[in-house]
Amino acid sequence: MFWVIAVVSVPAALGMIFARKAVYCALLLAVVMLSLATAYAVLEAPFLAFVQVIVYTGAVLMLFLFVIMLVGVSSTDSLVETIRGQRLWAGIAGLGFIVLLILGLGQATLPAARGLAGANRDGNVQGLAALVFTKYVFAFEVTSALLITAALGAMVLAHRERTSPKPTQKELSRRRFESGRHPAPLPGPGTYARHNAVDMPALLPDGSVSELSVNPVIGGRPELNRSLHTDLEGETERDAVADDVAAVRAATVRGEAEPRPGTDARSGGPSGAKEDGRK
Amino acid sequence: MNYVILSAILFTIGALGVLIRRNAIVVFMCVELMLNAANLAFVSFARMSGNLDGQVIAFFVMVVAAAEVVVGLAIIMTIFRSRRSSSVDDANLLKY
Repeated sequence: MFWVIAVVSVPAALGMIFARKAVYCALLLAVVMLSLATAYAVLEAPFLAFVQVIVYTGAVLMLFLFVIMLVGVSSTDSLVETIRGQRLWAGIAGLGFIVLLILGLGQATLPAARGLAGANRDGNVQGLAALVFTKYVFAFEVTSALLITAALGAMVLAHRERTSPKPTQKELSRRRFESGRHPAPLPGPGTYARHNAVDMPALLPDGSVSELSVNPVIGGRPELNRSLHTDLEGETERDAVADDVAAVRAATVRGEAEPRPGTDARSGGPSGAKEDGRK
Repeated sequence: MNYVILSAILFTIGALGVLIRRNAIVVFMCVELMLNAANLAFVSFARMSGNLDGQVIAFFVMVVAAAEVVVGLAIIMTIFRSRRSSSVDDANLLKY
């Protein structure tokens, strides 16, 4: 069991310090923490194994991932050393440290493991609780002060002082109209006869294409869109739109030649007219 | 005994990460790794000595680590908000 844990956790920890993306680091840290939870379970500490999974992999790593997402996933470490030879010397220092630790541990006369069968006689949780509430009760009380301080500190640090009064709804709407840009919600994509995909632009009532209706990230990738829309028969979606607009134009011109009540009875608005035009 | 050496190795990897990484969040994760390695040593020493004191200490270390993560990440967020960077090289205002 030990070798399984070691073989999983050491490469994951190494990968953590060499992975350039912060998200990979967080996920590899999750691997290390889960393997350490296994190690606790093997070392007769079932309560700590569960706390490790719940607190570390559950809460702390999710917090890390949240902050990574807030700070920016794309931020990777630069490879430029600000201090010359820093990595080399860090490696030498790490090597020296590990040699020192292992030599020290080798020199120490450690007793053979006695096992926790006696201490865990009434159950691991009961044994821990007996210690926490008798011998370590002061540390336990101080922990509560620490937790309150941490919560307060996080609130103070995350708080942003408001420098201007909160805008009222009236001011917000006035600002929206004064800017002169599109005060209404943007038109939705795909309100269009043949396709309702998000990358198909909406048609305006006059038959032109509304660029505002397509997310610029999606609309800016025509090479991707062509492979997605097999039903367009090789056309780009702009060509398809142009064809349909031409069809609509033809239909409406024909419609105008007819007597007026006939077009009104079709009751379609633009989409009904368009479908008729394609037939 | 094996587990103590594993914890020494993990601690060293964490310390190396703190030394060579530049992203504040990753440095923080390496600190977490060091705390976890210390916890592993505590738990294996508890098993060696046959009482639960080491496990209680490991439990307290976990509490302290959780509090530390909350405050530390809030600090990183504040720094990022004011300077748009999470690199530890940029936070050098106290130097001058």
